[in-house]
Amino acid sequence: MEINFTHHQTAHCENGVVSNLMKYNGFDVSEPMVFGIGSGLMFCYIPFLKVNHAPAISYRTMPGQIFKRFAKRTGIKIKKEKFKTPQQAEARLIENLEKNNPVGLQVGVYNLVYFPDEYRFHFNAHNLIVYGKQNDSYLISDPVMETVTTLTSKELDKVRFAKGAFAPKGHMYYPIGFPEKLNIESAIIKGIKNTCRDMLAPVPVIGVKGIKYTAKLIRKWPKKKGVKVANHYLGQIVRMQEEIGTGGGGFRYIYAAFLQESSKILNNNKLAELSKEMTVIGDLWRDFALDASRIYKSRSAKDDAYNHVASQLEVIADKEEAFFKKLKKAI
Amino acid sequence: MKKSDVPQDKSSLEAGKHKELCYAVDDKGEYTTAKSSGWQPKTIALDNAIQEINERIAKAKARVLNKETSPIEYYMELHKMDIGILASYVGLFKWQVKRHFKLKKFNKLSEKTLAKYADVFEVSINQLKDIDYGN
Repeated sequence: MEINFTHHQTAHCENGVVSNLMKYNGFDVSEPMVFGIGSGLMFCYIPFLKVNHAPAISYRTMPGQIFKRFAKRTGIKIKKEKFKTPQQAEARLIENLEKNNPVGLQVGVYNLVYFPDEYRFHFNAHNLIVYGKQNDSYLISDPVMETVTTLTSKELDKVRFAKGAFAPKGHMYYPIGFPEKLNIESAIIKGIKNTCRDMLAPVPVIGVKGIKYTAKLIRKWPKKKGVKVANHYLGQIVRMQEEIGTGGGGFRYIYAAFLQESSKILNNNKLAELSKEMTVIGDLWRDFALDASRIYKSRSAKDDAYNHVASQLEVIADKEEAFFKKLKKAI
Repeated sequence: MKKSDVPQDKSSLEAGKHKELCYAVDDKGEYTTAKSSGWQPKTIALDNAIQEINERIAKAKARVLNKETSPIEYYMELHKMDIGILASYVGLFKWQVKRHFKLKKFNKLSEKTLAKYADVFEVSINQLKDIDYGN
């Protein structure tokens, strides 16, 4: 069985799954729209969650939040299921495919055999769509891949029941009810307000304050942790910013694209201006990644090099603080 | 980022002919998407992480050969796991897994427990006991 499903590549998996499922169901919603309405943009330093032996830094909200908020704000009903056994999980998957219903799955990355080896880490919040089954192979639309791919039932079982932080437990989700017309305008405003609230939150490790906190830590790392660990941690920040998983795909640019699209829908010029400002901030994040990567490439860990990238982050934090205050007033 | 600035650096991804989608601005200032073959800072970060893992694997291997730890620690590193992840895969507590790193404990493990580890690492029990098995 194969559902007549069109695969569109996206920059990020969760946005991509939602956008592609919406398009399948006849609603043309772009990836940036999903990201913006779902208030995907975030910054969070998570000291207790280690990924590859270094602290995790997230540039987006918790897995699952984007779809949840997007659905609530646009008036869509979604069904989410978790399972105790792979047998139950597979039976329910087949049931949906037989009903011509492509479904989103949360999976672990480590056993995704179609990924390049270098990308396969133990990270359990990746998302993909299953849209059919042929012989023993499931037809997979993984939004970060250019084309569709397949996984055998054994391979799919493994990624659906990956263990560790955010263990998916066969997590499957799909829309079950749509309004006649999506409440896009009000959804955009709710989405923006939520992101401003998150980024300006008075919590030390979250949002703008989280960026400042991370900058402070970077200054301390070479002395406190030694050159080797400091380099490893810094590399992790860049990896999380630029790669699939928690970061990826330049979230600041996706957000800027969202603001540009929203300025047209809401007829609000201020949002178009702010989109340009966010693009500049996105470029600053890239400069930071470039300079940070130079530090651990040369393996020189002069304190001033660390101080330099820390200062870059502080500039970004200040710019984002001003940005989100303006954005809050613009809507 | 301008569309013309979307990086097309060589990366390990190129081997798999995998391109990523990026959002960038065209000449008119409109957001659009472009494909990127890779970006150097990202490749450096990834290489750095891989190197770190390879060092951990080599160290664990040396410790196993020196009889300082059990092969479980080596296979754990080989599979990019930490104790927490391994414990959840075998369905044991972290402290139990840590104890199984001790050779004395490891040598007394039941076939059932060994099978659990072997299953997670996708090796036979013989391979689990002898890391040079088949090499």
